Amino acid sequence: MAGLAVSLGSGAMTNSIAEMEDAEVLIVIGSNTTIAHPVLATFVKQGVVRKGAQLIVIDPRRIPLVDQSAIWLRQRPGTDIALINGLMHTIIKENLADTAFIAERCENFEEMRKVVEGYSPERVEEITGVPAGEIVKAARLYGQAGKAMILYTMGITQHTHGTDNVKSLANLAMLTGNFGRPSTGVNPLRGQNNVQGACDMGGLPNVLPGYQPVIDETVRAKFEALWKAPLDARVGMTLTDAMTAAADGRIKGVFIMGENPVVSDADSHHVMAALKKLDFLVVQDIFLTETAAMADVVLPAACFAEKDGTFSNTERRVQRVRKAVNPPGQALADWQILTALANVMGLDWKYESPQAIFEEIRVATPSYAGITYERLEKETLQWPCPTADHPGTPILHVGRFSRGKGLFAPIEHQEPFELTDEAYPMTLTTGRVLYQYHTRTMTGRCAGVNDMAPVAKMEMNPADSARMQVVDGEFVQVSSRRGHIEVRVEVTESVREGVVFIPFHYAEASANALTVAALDPVAKIPEYKVCAVKVEKRPQPGLHG
Amino acid sequence: MNSLTLNGKNISFEPGQTILEAARTHGVDIPTLCHLQAADHKGVCRICVVEVQGADRLLPACATPAGDGMVVDTHSSKVVQERKMLLELLVANGDHNCLFCEANGDCKLQALVYEYGVKNVARRAGYEQRPIDDATPMILRDFNKCVLCGRCVAACNDVQVNNAIPYPFGRREDKPPVTGWLPVADYDRCVHCGECVQACPVGALLEKKALGKAMTWQTQKVRTTCPYCGVGCQMWLHVKDNQVVKVTGVEDVLPNRGRLCVKGRFGYDFVHAPDRLTTPLIKENGAFREAGWDEALGLVASRFSEIKAAHGPQSLAGFTSARATNEENYLMQKLVRTGFGTNNIDHCARL
Repeated sequence: MAGLAVSLGSGAMTNSIAEMEDAEVLIVIGSNTTIAHPVLATFVKQGVVRKGAQLIVIDPRRIPLVDQSAIWLRQRPGTDIALINGLMHTIIKENLADTAFIAERCENFEEMRKVVEGYSPERVEEITGVPAGEIVKAARLYGQAGKAMILYTMGITQHTHGTDNVKSLANLAMLTGNFGRPSTGVNPLRGQNNVQGACDMGGLPNVLPGYQPVIDETVRAKFEALWKAPLDARVGMTLTDAMTAAADGRIKGVFIMGENPVVSDADSHHVMAALKKLDFLVVQDIFLTETAAMADVVLPAACFAEKDGTFSNTERRVQRVRKAVNPPGQALADWQILTALANVMGLDWKYESPQAIFEEIRVATPSYAGITYERLEKETLQWPCPTADHPGTPILHVGRFSRGKGLFAPIEHQEPFELTDEAYPMTLTTGRVLYQYHTRTMTGRCAGVNDMAPVAKMEMNPADSARMQVVDGEFVQVSSRRGHIEVRVEVTESVREGVVFIPFHYAEASANALTVAALDPVAKIPEYKVCAVKVEKRPQPGLHG
Repeated sequence: MNSLTLNGKNISFEPGQTILEAARTHGVDIPTLCHLQAADHKGVCRICVVEVQGADRLLPACATPAGDGMVVDTHSSKVVQERKMLLELLVANGDHNCLFCEANGDCKLQALVYEYGVKNVARRAGYEQRPIDDATPMILRDFNKCVLCGRCVAACNDVQVNNAIPYPFGRREDKPPVTGWLPVADYDRCVHCGECVQACPVGALLEKKALGKAMTWQTQKVRTTCPYCGVGCQMWLHVKDNQVVKVTGVEDVLPNRGRLCVKGRFGYDFVHAPDRLTTPLIKENGAFREAGWDEALGLVASRFSEIKAAHGPQSLAGFTSARATNEENYLMQKLVRTGFGTNNIDHCARL
C-alpha cells in the first residue's frame, strides 16, 4: 500500500464496503472479488443488479464478476500501467477530466499529462492486447460517472512495478475527482482478516504503531518514553530481505508468529534454504505447519475462537474478537505467550488482558485513540477515531488529502521482470480459489469446504491443451527457472492462450516453487502474478485420480 | 399530515412506508413468514394480512402502502382466523413434525402455529412426497418442510446475487412433476455461501455439519469477527460444550449485513482439529519432544539473548501475523523492537 501513501498520504482503503452498492461505475482491477472477498463482492453485484451500477472488470482471467460487467478489459499480465495510462489519455482528450478538482486539490498534473499523452488507445492496444475501442468505451464510462469507485487487490500489487500500478490508479481517480465523497476513491481490499491491523500496529520495519516513522527522532522519543526502552534508529528488514539475509548468514535467529512462509512466500526453495541456515528458529502457530516443522522450538497458540481482542478490517473498521471456547491442551493466546516470553527476557510486562493492551495502543496510535472496548459494545468505528466522542471516519480525504495535495505520478509502462522466451514460453499467474485460504492450514481441515477443492488444478486454455494434447484432469509438469511441480490440468476459457493459472494454496503442488522473488523496489512485494514457465506432458499412469 | 389509526391508536408514518413498516416503527408486531427485508422480498405468504376499514378483503401489510386516515386492525378476529387458516394449509402441505426436525426451537412456522393455536392438522390427502437433496457436503434441502415462501430464492438472487436458485417463473404445468415450483438449487452456480439456509424460516434448508450437534436452546451464541479475509464479517459462533457447532451471520450490522461466504459459514472445523498443537515442542536430534512452557520459553529467551550478544540485535528478526489480533501484533512488534533491539519486524501483508 506504499503507492497510495505516496499519492494520497494514507495507504488504506479510502471508502467503505457498503458504499459499493451506490456507485454509478465500479472498476474492479486485479481482484477476483467473488473468490477472495465473497461477501464484499455481494455489495458490488447488488450495485449492478439492483441499483444499475456499471461494472468495468480489468483482469487477464475471465473471473466470475465478468458476468455482471458492462465492459471486460482482458490485458496481458503485467501491463496495467499502460492500460491505465490509456484510460487517462482518453479521459483528458475527451475533456472528461475534473479540472476544478485537479487545480484545487492536486499537484504535478502537467508532468503526468505529458507522459499519458504518449498512450493513445492504439499504442495501448499493442502493449496490452486490449482493443482500442474497448479502452475508449471504458474511459468514457468511468470519466463520465458522477461517483465511481476503484477496487483492487494483489493483481495490482504483486508485480515488480506494483507500487507504480497503485499510483496509476490514484492518478486515474484524481483525474476524475473521485475522492472524498461517498462511493468514490481507490480501495485496496485486504486479503487476510487483520492485515490492516498488523500494519496499523507497526508490524512493519519502517514504521511504529500508527505509521509513525522509526527514522523520526521525535517519534522515537515518544515511544522510548512510553515503552521505557531505547529504540533502534534504522529501518529494519522486510520479510523478503530478511530471508535473503538469513540465507547469507547475516540473520541468525527468527521468531515467526502465525505465518507459513515456506508455502506462502515466493520461491519457496529459497525460503526453506534460508530458514535451514538459521541458528535458531521459533514458530508460534496453531498447527505444525510446513514452516513450524523446521523450527527449533514450536509454541502452541490459541485460534480466533479461543481469545479476546480486536481485528481491523479492510475498511479500517475496528471490531471485537470474542472468546467462545477454550484452547486445546496447554495452548495459549499469542498475547499471553508474548507477555510471558517478554517477562522471561526481563522486560517486565504487566498486561492482564487484551483490553489492557488496547488501552496502551490508544496512547501509542493517535488514529485509535478514541476507540474503546466499551464503545465497540454498542457502535462500530472506523479509524481515524482520534477522540472518545469522534464518530469514526468512513471516508478518507474529504476536502483535503492526508498529505495535503494529491500527488500525480508520471509513470511509464514497464515490462514484468521475467518475460517468456523459448525455454519458458508460457506465462504463469497465481491466485486463490473460493474454497481454500492461504496455505490451507485452516480450510484444509474443514470437512465439506476442503472437499469442494481438495487438489490443486492448473487452469489452461483449450487451445494450449489441444496443442499439447493434454486432457482435463491430466497431470503435467510445470517448470520455471526456480523449480518444478506436478499438477492436474483444468481446461478452461478462463485464461487466455499462453497463460496458465495455479492457486498458491497447495503445498503438494506449490505455485511458489515456481514464482520469482523479484521485488517491487518500494513495497518489496514479490512478483507472484507473472513469471515464465514451461508445461510438459508427463506420461505417468497411476497418478490419476 | 401522515397518520393512521392502528389498533385504535393514532400513529404517524413516513410517506412510502408500508403498513408493516409503520406498525413496526411503533412497536406493533405483525407476523411475517416470507418477508426478507434485505431483498425487499414480500407478498407471497399472506401471513401478515390486516383488516383495513373500507377494504373489501384483508390486505397484506408488507405490500400495502400506509395511507393517511387509514383505520387498521392487525389482530381482529377476522385476521386471526385468516392467519390460522393459512397456517393450517401450510402444515397440511408438508412434513412438519417438530420431533424429528433440526429447526425445532428456531422455526417461524412452529412459533406461529403455537401462537395461533393451530391443532391436529392432518397431512393433505394425496400429498406427494417431495425430494430431499443431499448432494452437497454443506447443505441439506428437505423440500417436504418447504413452505414455498421464496426467501431462499431472494437470498440467492438478490442478496448474494449468485443466481443459483432460479425464480419460479412459468406455469406449474410446464414444470417437472413433484419438484414443480420447489426452489431447487443449480449446483453449477451454487457457491455454498449458505445465505439460503440463513434465510429459511423453517427446517427445509439446514447446515449439514451442524445436524445432531445441538438443539437450538442448548447453544450459546458468541459474536465475533470472521478469521478469513479482510472484510471482517460479523458472525455468531454457536457453542455447546466447548465446541463450535454452527456459524451464522449477524443480521443488520455492518460490514456484512448478515451475509457470510462458504469459508466463514462452514470453515470452522479447524478450531477443533485433532492435530492442533497442544503443548510446546523442542527439537532435539532432529525430532520434536514435548516440553512445558517454562522450559520452552526459557530456551527461547536464552537462545535469542545469546545470538544477540554474539552477533548484535540486527542478527535477529520477528515476523508478526496478519491473522493475529491488533493487541498481539502490537506486542510482537514491541517485543522485537525493545527485546531484540531491532526494527527487523514484518508480516506477510505483501502476500
